[in-house]
Amino acid sequence: MVTTAPNNLVYERPEGFTDTPTHYCPGCTHGVAHRLVAEVLEEMGVLDKTIGVAPVGCAVFAYNYFETDFVEAPHGRAPAMATGIKRVMPERVVFTYQGDGDLASIGMGEIVHAAARGENITVIFINNANYGMTGGQMAPTTLPGMKTTSSPNGRDVETQGYPIRVSEMLSTLDGAGYVVRRSLHDPKNIRLAKKAIRIAFETQIRGLGFSLVELLSTCPVNWNMKPVDALKFVEEKMVPYFPLGDYKLSAGAAQIKI
Amino acid sequence: MPAKGWIEVSDLYCKGCELCISACPQEVMELDMSRLTPKGYHPAHIFTDGCTGCAICAIVCPDAAITVYREVTKAVPTAA
Repeated sequence: MVTTAPNNLVYERPEGFTDTPTHYCPGCTHGVAHRLVAEVLEEMGVLDKTIGVAPVGCAVFAYNYFETDFVEAPHGRAPAMATGIKRVMPERVVFTYQGDGDLASIGMGEIVHAAARGENITVIFINNANYGMTGGQMAPTTLPGMKTTSSPNGRDVETQGYPIRVSEMLSTLDGAGYVVRRSLHDPKNIRLAKKAIRIAFETQIRGLGFSLVELLSTCPVNWNMKPVDALKFVEEKMVPYFPLGDYKLSAGAAQIKI
Repeated sequence: MPAKGWIEVSDLYCKGCELCISACPQEVMELDMSRLTPKGYHPAHIFTDGCTGCAICAIVCPDAAITVYREVTKAVPTAA
């Protein structure tokens, strides 16, 4: 008879996670991104020397979910805080986890200058095209014509501007070592995202400069969609506007093999 | 013969978002409408044979609620 022996195990909740259930809405891919980070840190064996920097936004309680040290940054200032921590404790692995309202709006100055200085930090950037925590307002990454609570007729680019492609923009800076965009809308892309997160942390450990992984994510509740439909929206609407790919792959980062 | 697998879904973490159900390549998952988790969600479960233990449900699960097992078909060498 089949028993639940250790060699039967294919997959279990990563050790990098605490036992706390997340507060995210059902089907939100924030949880997938959290899980990938936890799995990568566990596989690299750096859980006990990692310091995360939580943002303001939906991921504000990220410190409850990871088995690592954590600090909470003021809105948008996670890269500045991570800079200080990494400079004081260079042997630690320091990462920030930020959404688009945090990173691409109020924190745009911090992220651009952290990348320009080539700080040895890793940034996990969740792009879900709106401000999730505060009720789905328009963010810098909201698609043209997309309805949000603060653009009820759809984003009008004449008056509200065009979406910002953060990865492309940061890739022009010499301090950036590894800047890529991935998506979380299907199992294949989730696997690719995990690989990118691994390379981003390896980039940091080898001192190759600033690393950022942008993850296209869903916000089913604020998009007024079922979780499955939200994944389709990412695939059909967001990926064409925010193309997936490696935007900055420095010579050192290109040699990292996993 | 395909591998035989099974899963355990944690009532503590599952929020009934159905992402695993749409991702399951064998289409053997559904929400268990006969019971509720302590949070008030109908949890996902396997309703028929056919699970291969591929772990795709666990890869898409945003809450890491799924533990995946697979039957070991080859003889495993025992220690000493």
